[in-house]
Amino acid sequence: MRIGVFVCQCGENIGRTVDCPAVAEAAGRFPGVAYSVEYKYMCSDPGQNLIKNMIKEKNLDAIVVGSCSPHMHEKTFRKAALDAGVNPFLCEIANLREHCSWVHEDIVDATKKAIDLVRIAVEKVKKNTPLTPIRVPVTKRSLVIGGGISGIQAALDIANAGFECVLVEKEPSIGGHMSQLSETFPTLDCSQCILTPRMVEVYQHPKIKLLTYSEVENVEGFIGNFKVTIRKKARSIDESKCTGCGLCVQKCPIKKKAYNEFEENLAHRPAVYVPFPQAVPNIPVIDRTVCTYYQTGKCQMCVKVCGREAIFFEQQDEMITEEVGSIVVATGYKLYSIDKKPEESEIKGYGEYGYGKYKDVIDGLQFERIASASGPTSGEILRPSDNKVPKKIVFIQCVGSRDESKGFSYCSKICCMYTAKHAMLYKHKVHDGEAYVFYMDIRAGGKGYDEFVRRAIEEDHVKYIRGRVSRIYEEDGKYIVRGEDTIAGKPITIDADLVVLATAMIAQPNAVKLAQTIGMSYDKYGFYNEAHPKLRPVEVSTAGVFLAGACQSPKDIPESVAMASAAASKSLVLFGSDFLEREPTVAKVNESVCAGCFYCQKVCAYNAIEKKEIKDRKGNLVKVIAYVNSGLCQGFGTCNAVCPSKSVELIGFNDEQIYAEINAL
Amino acid sequence: MHAHNTHVETLAGKIEELTSQSVMQCYQCGKCSAGCPVRNYMEDSPNQVIRYVQLGFDDEALHSSTPWLCASCLTCSSRCPQNFDIAKFMDAVREVALEMEIDVKEKDVKKFHEAFLNQIKKNGKAFEFGMVREYKLKTLNLFQDVELFPEMLLKGKLSLLPHKKKDIKHIKKVFDEIK
Amino acid sequence: MKVGYYPGCSLSGTGKEYDLSIRKVLEKLDVELAELNDWSCCGATSAHATNHFLSIGLSSLNLFQAQKQNLEELFAPCAACYNRMVVAKDELGKGTETAKKISALNNGESTAKVNIINIIQLFEKAGLENISAKTKMNLKGIKAACYYGCLLVRPFSITKFDDAEQPVAMEKIISAVGAEPVDWNYKVECCGGAHSIAHKEIVVDLSKKIIDDAVKHGANVIIVACPMCHSNLDMRQRAMKDTAAIPVLYLSEFVGLALGIDSKELGMNLHFTSTEPILEKVLVKE
Repeated sequence: MRIGVFVCQCGENIGRTVDCPAVAEAAGRFPGVAYSVEYKYMCSDPGQNLIKNMIKEKNLDAIVVGSCSPHMHEKTFRKAALDAGVNPFLCEIANLREHCSWVHEDIVDATKKAIDLVRIAVEKVKKNTPLTPIRVPVTKRSLVIGGGISGIQAALDIANAGFECVLVEKEPSIGGHMSQLSETFPTLDCSQCILTPRMVEVYQHPKIKLLTYSEVENVEGFIGNFKVTIRKKARSIDESKCTGCGLCVQKCPIKKKAYNEFEENLAHRPAVYVPFPQAVPNIPVIDRTVCTYYQTGKCQMCVKVCGREAIFFEQQDEMITEEVGSIVVATGYKLYSIDKKPEESEIKGYGEYGYGKYKDVIDGLQFERIASASGPTSGEILRPSDNKVPKKIVFIQCVGSRDESKGFSYCSKICCMYTAKHAMLYKHKVHDGEAYVFYMDIRAGGKGYDEFVRRAIEEDHVKYIRGRVSRIYEEDGKYIVRGEDTIAGKPITIDADLVVLATAMIAQPNAVKLAQTIGMSYDKYGFYNEAHPKLRPVEVSTAGVFLAGACQSPKDIPESVAMASAAASKSLVLFGSDFLEREPTVAKVNESVCAGCFYCQKVCAYNAIEKKEIKDRKGNLVKVIAYVNSGLCQGFGTCNAVCPSKSVELIGFNDEQIYAEINAL
Repeated sequence: MHAHNTHVETLAGKIEELTSQSVMQCYQCGKCSAGCPVRNYMEDSPNQVIRYVQLGFDDEALHSSTPWLCASCLTCSSRCPQNFDIAKFMDAVREVALEMEIDVKEKDVKKFHEAFLNQIKKNGKAFEFGMVREYKLKTLNLFQDVELFPEMLLKGKLSLLPHKKKDIKHIKKVFDEIK
Repeated sequence: MKVGYYPGCSLSGTGKEYDLSIRKVLEKLDVELAELNDWSCCGATSAHATNHFLSIGLSSLNLFQAQKQNLEELFAPCAACYNRMVVAKDELGKGTETAKKISALNNGESTAKVNIINIIQLFEKAGLENISAKTKMNLKGIKAACYYGCLLVRPFSITKFDDAEQPVAMEKIISAVGAEPVDWNYKVECCGGAHSIAHKEIVVDLSKKIIDDAVKHGANVIIVACPMCHSNLDMRQRAMKDTAAIPVLYLSEFVGLALGIDSKELGMNLHFTSTEPILEKVLVKE
């Protein structure tokens, strides 16, 4: 074997603490090394050309590059080797930067260590064999989880590119939180007016399979080849028969038993209901917890009025399996509630704001419904307790956000903007009303955002008070709000008619469960982690899974939409080829010695170990052994380490190769 | 206002040592001041006193009447979103002011505490009559509440002789430690 | 049931009736009190307001004494004493520099296992059903504003008692004896505490707000669990202008009335604001 050694100075990064010429010189004397050289930037174009040229000129059949971590440039150097006709897996990296120059100070010792590291790599590469990447087929369909604006956008982008898409939404209708909003900042255009055309487009799209009132139960497989199990919850309505005429909803005698979730509990809904008039699909659901039929077996009013015999009391949940190549997670957020929390909870709720006992202390989404023309007050600003027009309204920002003691330390990002919008909408509707906003900082970074806040202050005369509110209590139908203006240094007490709390955006309650189902990591708040905060913001560490919207962190509509399109385009990149290439450094079972103990299966974090039956020629079962699904295997090697009969080999890192490395020391 | 620089000598440094919390934890939201029951009697709001210390305006903090008007009700500490114990901070400002023999504005409050602690030092227990007598002599507020005294005496609520702790040596040890 | 008892300094002076009523009521509830031997002052506000070491040091002496007497539980009826001792116990437990210094002064004694309880917790231990069963009087017409003040409920992270903002434990006791607790706003607002002497005007002002809110919400009695709060709300009523006179009772007095104990035995004649209006509402059960 003729091995070439290429030592990189990485400018000063390696060169400062490692004597690179000495390393190259020493490497030149290692058995099997035909050529060695050092260079300032091996990853640069001339550096790569040096490798390519020397491979040809010196007739090298394997190379070792002493440089930065293989995380950085292994790909670059392998590509250079391939271009010069050497199998990329006959290229080894000795990490002279992160493992050596960056962590040592003494040049003599560091140089010694660098020489050792190169020697190890040389011994390893001698045992390497040419490998070819694994090719796996790609299922060119996508699953989008969550039917809010993010999920809708992602599904439409994928479908409009010509690929099939399954959109799963847990509620009876798509639309998400955006469908609840009145107007949107900073343009004040009507939220439903811009959203509903997209909802209809989803419904009518031939490439989109819409599964509402459904939840993802299980995900198996790997990038390009996921198998997803979805629970389609029983609506108790036969969707194929229902025309959405709404007679059952009108005639249902249960009027006050259940709160209307879409109206944020500011109104009631019948037992059989459609969440809101523009719901997609426009098919009702029966809430079995309040429907008289399910309690007593009587009533059946809906059955009587339905001309299509679409009421289906005995309907069962249905399990649906879908095969997809990529998954877009767009599950959105929930709002923090100020209610008292269980003692073991890290969050506390706000006792000083009454733990939710005051009817006219509401949250931002409730105000959206009150301000919305389709809401319970038809857009007239009326307070919940007595339906009177509030003449004095107080908005409090950062409730639950930026509060380590009772909530979360992060900023919910959108509250500054929507509070300004709320105050503005209020002033536009109640001309003689007074609006106060308690804030800590005004975070209005975004196109036209700060101008919007200034407009609220300068044109609509919303009074901004810099300080947090300490206490709210009720007195004679007013809400006494005790705050401090920290700019004036004066205490301020306001007798408000209505108080709106901009509560924190928090992760969905089942966010962690879904993360575990799919194999995504999440932060301590339950928001999903992106693969890299700068360069891979819509990917997760599991290949083929992408993020969109507020499930990753609080964000507003344009950001969510942009992220959704990014996630869709990541899926489309995947669908651009028929096959995926994967690293061949995966585990392999020696079938003749495997005893079938399946310790490997227990320790594998990727569910990559399967059971394989070995049969004789007559078809009789001889034994059951382990089998590695190379599509799922990430080459972690835990199976290799635990196997008692040493039947698992990690290709590219087999025992022989590792021993060669150790013996080199 | 003159700002200090070196951390150890600053009030911020001393307070951190006494309370095991950094004044930089405070992000000046003003919730402490908003809920403070004594706020209306203060020249500086509680968060302003913290601000003085954050910026190194130590004299302003040490001469402020705010820490002495603080009623130690703990409302601020219990509601602070940053888990900053403001009441403990106020305790520390007073402690440093006394140690530095600052001529504090709220002399009556200071004298009250002195009179109270003197009784404990002597008797091991608080002795209301003795404390009030000492306080009055110190402040010359001789006639405050005199109208209540006969009734208190009659009801047995004001004993003219102290209830003494028998064994006083541990009390003495504790007081000796802070001399 | 036997419980260690730390009366605290106020209970032999301005809070005399608190001590009287506690002893009477607990006797009826079969709770035996073992008074802490030769106890000393907890240091109160004056100690922690001026010297941290002093405040922890003084309170710790009582904790160590309780340890010596092998007391599992120490009942401190005064909210301030309760608070100071809970805080001292917490600091000893954390092993801070202060704690180490105190330990050195006390022959290496360093931990306090004793559980410090306030009067509400003591009644909870005696059992609300037990109290309810022993209730002899009809208190139906009584609307009570339960006043917690500051030091029973704060800081929650250390006291871990009920709720810092919307506590209800006292209301449960009031309901158990058949009276009606009112919902009001000032139950955890401060009365001015130890400023009673140096800043009487602050105390009068703050206490007046508390009384006015209780009256406004229909209360005909205010129930307290702290001698300092009691003297500020009861004695200082005389200095308040335009405030309706309202009796201020210790929780133990109120429970005592329910159990049929004579009001004089409970020390209710020792108040500055007449307790007659509430005594008129205590009826014999039919």
